Amino acid sequence: MAEIPILDIQGVDKTYTLGDQRIEALRGANLTVHKGEFVCLIGASGCGKSTLLRIVAGFEQPSAGSALMWSKPIAQPGPDRGMVFQDYGLFPWLTVRENIAFGPKSRGLGQAEVRDIVERFVSLVGLTRFADAHPHQLSGGMKQRVAIARVLANDAEVVLMDEPFGALDAMTRERLQDELLDLWQRTGLTVLFVTHSIEEAIFLADRVVVMEPGPGRIASEHRITLPRPRDVSSPEFNDVRRDLSSRLHSHHAKKAA
Amino acid sequence: MSEATAPSQGALAAPSSAGTAKLFARARAALLALIVPALLLFGWHMAVKAGMTRLIPSPADVAEYMVDFVVGGIWDDAFSATMHLHLWASVQRVYGGFALAALAAVPLGLLIGRIPLVAQLFDPFLQLMRPIPVTAWLPLSMILFGLGTKSAFFLVFLGAFYPILLNTVFGVRSVDPRLFEAASMLGCRGNAQFFKVVLPAALPSIFTGLRLGLGLAWFVIVVGEMTGVPQGLGAVIMDGRTLSRTELVICGMIVIGIAGFVSDRIVVMLMNRLLRWSPLHRG
Repeated sequence: MAEIPILDIQGVDKTYTLGDQRIEALRGANLTVHKGEFVCLIGASGCGKSTLLRIVAGFEQPSAGSALMWSKPIAQPGPDRGMVFQDYGLFPWLTVRENIAFGPKSRGLGQAEVRDIVERFVSLVGLTRFADAHPHQLSGGMKQRVAIARVLANDAEVVLMDEPFGALDAMTRERLQDELLDLWQRTGLTVLFVTHSIEEAIFLADRVVVMEPGPGRIASEHRITLPRPRDVSSPEFNDVRRDLSSRLHSHHAKKAA
Repeated sequence: MSEATAPSQGALAAPSSAGTAKLFARARAALLALIVPALLLFGWHMAVKAGMTRLIPSPADVAEYMVDFVVGGIWDDAFSATMHLHLWASVQRVYGGFALAALAAVPLGLLIGRIPLVAQLFDPFLQLMRPIPVTAWLPLSMILFGLGTKSAFFLVFLGAFYPILLNTVFGVRSVDPRLFEAASMLGCRGNAQFFKVVLPAALPSIFTGLRLGLGLAWFVIVVGEMTGVPQGLGAVIMDGRTLSRTELVICGMIVIGIAGFVSDRIVVMLMNRLLRWSPLHRG
């Protein structure tokens, strides 16, 4: 592909020192993501998928290699890359409306403009009735909707999601997956989504990136060509799941051997 | 995204038709709360009646002195109908010293919690000073500030200062790091985070500190007014002791207790209003 990728990760290493121990969280990660793509990172814990996401977010700096967005090095967190955390990260002292307004206000938009944006995104995620509630009054699914709205209201080009539905019950999870896909298709967002569920990855992604631990690295990439909307109970879906699952396990078996 | 799910804890549900049930529950709570003090009063009464002590007046005597202390017309001595003067004098010192302590301790606590250099400068010194009881400061405070109001002010200030400071520092240091990440990815970085994240997130702890500080201010007022001030509830207690008027001592204790309780309720009410967002912060 000749076009410039929105995200370009080249040879990224990340090592931490914990006391006198060096921990290699990520070694030689290469990943390019094009605008509008939905990419899932999947792997066992310790494979560096969250580290990679945090590097793209700008929360961490790579120890070696480069992380570029639109060919510019990612130096710090910014509104162009919105993060949705598994534990929501909402400001508990702000209402739903104020949480969504936080980003636009921080960027110095005018009052009227902020109000318009907030109303638009509150209704986009279906929380109009709860717009003046505080986070502790909301269910997990509603909190995650606020977190997503907060990122979208801030004009994020890339949405980074770190196991965002991991803490939700199965029903809410499925519904939010549908809603996320719907949003993604309507807005042309680029999504980088970390999960440990094979099914979730195949259901959502254009491309699944399989990662392995010890040291964390990218093992393989798989393009998912199933037509959307995808049916998790269809035989085709099952074939892909079986294939991906066996690859994941063979990676692990290799490591264990 | 279409419809919203029901809230998890039903916290948004309208209060049901339970107006009378609520009233009943309140009456029951008040009644239960009165049992222990009533038993204590009864025990006190019986002990005095049985002649177990000659130095302590009976509850009925104290009640009579209390009425005289508040409105006068029974004994007409130097303390009759002077309660409001003493109370006002103490309230001024308690709230004055407390306000001064809050004004110094909250900003200092925010800085210590947030800026390592400030912490390195102040932390060891303050940790060293903290274990010194306020009472131990009394002689030095009398030398520094003379006999009287200023000394009382200073001691109340000292008493309220540490709990406010320590809780503010704790509040700042225990802000969920996730919230800083969230703020910075939304475009709020650096010093802007101080007012947008640190201050609101630390507010529950700051309030805990203020509440403890105000409690201690009432605690210290007796010591503060030992410094030879003419008026104040502490002064009344000290005078009662010198004059061997135990009923006066007890009256002073009762007024301090009630005043301390009322001022604590005011802080709690303020706290509940400002911290509606925090489910853990209900006093």
